[in-house]
Amino acid sequence: MEQAPPDLERQWQPAPLEPLGHPDAELQAAVDEEAEVSRDEGPGDGTMTENNFGLKKIEISVSEAEKRTGRNAMNMQETYTAYLIETRSVEHTDGQSVLTDSLWRRYSEFELLRNYLLVYYPHIVVPPLPEKRAEFVWHKLSADNMDPDFVERRRIGLENFLLRVASHPILCRDKIFYLFLTQEGNWKETVNETGFQLKADSRLKALNATFRVKNPDKRFTELKHYSDELQSVISHLLRVRARVADRLYGVYKVHGNYGRVFSEWSAIEKEMGDGLQSAGHHMDVYASSIDDILEDEEHYADQLKEYLFYAEALRAVCRKHELMQYDLEMAAQDLASKKQQCEELATGTVRTFSLKGMTTKLFGQETPEQREARIKVLEEQINEGEQQLKSKNLEGREFKFGPMLRNALARCNPVK
Amino acid sequence: MDMNSFSPMMPTSPLSMINQVKFEDEPDLKDLFITVDEPESHVTTIETFITYRIITKTSRGEFDSSEFEVRRRYQDFLWLKGKLEEAHPTLIIPPLPEKFIVKGMVERFNDDFIETRRKALHKFLNRIADHPTLTFNEDFKVFLTAQAWELSSHKKQGPGLLSRMGQTVRAVALSMRGVKSRPEEFMEMNNFIEVFSQKINLIDKISQRIYKEEREYSDEMKEYGPIHVLWSASEEDLVDTLKGIASCIDKCCKATEKRMSGLSEALLPVVHEYVLYSEMLMGVMKRRDQIQAELDSKVEALTYKKADTDLLTEEIGKLEDKVECANNALKADWERWRHNMQNDIKSAFMDMAEENIHYYEQCLATWESFLASQTDLHMEETSEDKPESH
Repeated sequence: MEQAPPDLERQWQPAPLEPLGHPDAELQAAVDEEAEVSRDEGPGDGTMTENNFGLKKIEISVSEAEKRTGRNAMNMQETYTAYLIETRSVEHTDGQSVLTDSLWRRYSEFELLRNYLLVYYPHIVVPPLPEKRAEFVWHKLSADNMDPDFVERRRIGLENFLLRVASHPILCRDKIFYLFLTQEGNWKETVNETGFQLKADSRLKALNATFRVKNPDKRFTELKHYSDELQSVISHLLRVRARVADRLYGVYKVHGNYGRVFSEWSAIEKEMGDGLQSAGHHMDVYASSIDDILEDEEHYADQLKEYLFYAEALRAVCRKHELMQYDLEMAAQDLASKKQQCEELATGTVRTFSLKGMTTKLFGQETPEQREARIKVLEEQINEGEQQLKSKNLEGREFKFGPMLRNALARCNPVK
Repeated sequence: MDMNSFSPMMPTSPLSMINQVKFEDEPDLKDLFITVDEPESHVTTIETFITYRIITKTSRGEFDSSEFEVRRRYQDFLWLKGKLEEAHPTLIIPPLPEKFIVKGMVERFNDDFIETRRKALHKFLNRIADHPTLTFNEDFKVFLTAQAWELSSHKKQGPGLLSRMGQTVRAVALSMRGVKSRPEEFMEMNNFIEVFSQKINLIDKISQRIYKEEREYSDEMKEYGPIHVLWSASEEDLVDTLKGIASCIDKCCKATEKRMSGLSEALLPVVHEYVLYSEMLMGVMKRRDQIQAELDSKVEALTYKKADTDLLTEEIGKLEDKVECANNALKADWERWRHNMQNDIKSAFMDMAEENIHYYEQCLATWESFLASQTDLHMEETSEDKPESH
């Protein structure tokens, strides 16, 4: 396990006690060059060796949302929302910020960025995006993606995503991420040119597929278990919260019915008329107060959802590790059997049953030339196998237990 | 309590004291205290029914004793109401709880139903006791004091079944004719009753619905709290916080239960009684109209010389008196009823408002104290300067 320098550790903490969505949240995107985490190999066309963020402070904000219409891939009219991303650099000396970049992106582009990061950094828990569709809705909450409240909460969620990526010492240095913030046109083409979709392991999509790993890493197994528990409890919490919100809404709105009745009743009352009228008005005010209350609560639900999705991301990392471990074991196994075959051919002893051995016995020995040829082929395969194994071992080492994973693990093992 | 020859005895049941203070015109002159309690089930070969114990304490001379205890069943209350309506057709007789509630009733004799009925019957008798005229009704006195067999024989007296049927037929016939000219003030009264009836029914429905919604809200909250405790099992650093939240939710849940019981004790019975009252009032208006219609038909008969004029004139004279009496009785009682209604409704809604204020204050206090405890906790942690704390 590497030792991460202390200030880096603080940066690993996901946005701490600042209220989420605070537009002026500053990020120290400074990266300590001595950190072991910096790697030279990397995704696609390589990380920027010259860190474009350098040691400057930058501010990222998703400041506006706008409804747009356009034509989609099938040349049909569609409406969508675009979000304005502004990047500012802050001068150390006087704290003033200067707008360096500003462009508009839609949700699908954020998704593309995240999918790219997931493929190229399988060992990192990639920060989650706000939900694609409104889930855990209670009765009256609009599940419409165009609803202004939904759009506002999505704006905040997208900003958090960018801030979290920018505060990650590895992810913040990714070129595609940098281009996402700075290059409006052609960005999609650039991402697709990296060919990351091909690199994506289709086996991961088969959620229920189990890979029989002979020696599973206990730490990752525990982490996976923890993430499952977290996902389960937060989902349950969100579901019940939605039901509670629905019921509360009912209580307030029914009181609103008093309003009209009191008002009509006041018409026939002399002494009590004013009282009834005023009471009716108050009932109306009471009934309408619930809308703002529940909208505020949605922000709370959003924070829970963020960690629900984080748990999913954590699980994905464990899964990728599992898959990689499986591949490693398979490769090692394959290599071992090929070596053995080679040996047998060379020495002429048959220790294990093989089809070749059988046919040799039945149909006669093969010529020495044939045997030589086969040994050569096997030796080549063994070489290839050894290379593969080496690279897979290196891959495995990337799944390092960085501070974040370590913290997660410490939570699973309450042994102090 | 100052004692004089008219001062009442100390009523033993606190419930009756509360109810009396609520709808009393002149609390100091009260000399008849009634409580309804101890519902008991009786099983015979033919039927099963409930009787209620009725205790009367009084200082009135016309009562043979100062304390009485009898048992009555719902049928007896119905009989009493009928007699009162007969004797005072244009007075506003207090309403009886319904025979049975069709909707949502599984069994006729479940505990909630019996308790609600008991409270309503208690109110019924006390309202009669407070009424300046009805309180001196003879049948009322018999109801409160006679033993079971005495009551049965008393019931058999009075106009027979056939004559009562005859009255009903005549009444229906008259009502079919319609009212020729209802005096202005009674037109206003009728208009009020119509609107009031509509509104009070709506309020009854709305209030019942609120109760139901609060019940469902409370049920969901009961499930909400424990999830946080479940979560705390896998998060060592957050145990106190999560358990704290669960406890707050629990407290708010209990506050909701209290709010609900306030609704069901203070508001729902009052509103429902006035729903029944509004039906009563329509009946009273009809009866007044019938009395007038009787007079009108006799006057019409006189105009067309349909029968013996002298006899008719005499009858008309009597009927005119009857109409005037009936109208005056109703007018007076109407004022009294309006006054009581306003007080009852006002205090019921004010009680509800108090309950709600108390509920919100409690919830606010619960969460504020939790928040304070968390802030203190956080300050403790940061001051210890642990690098892993977040």
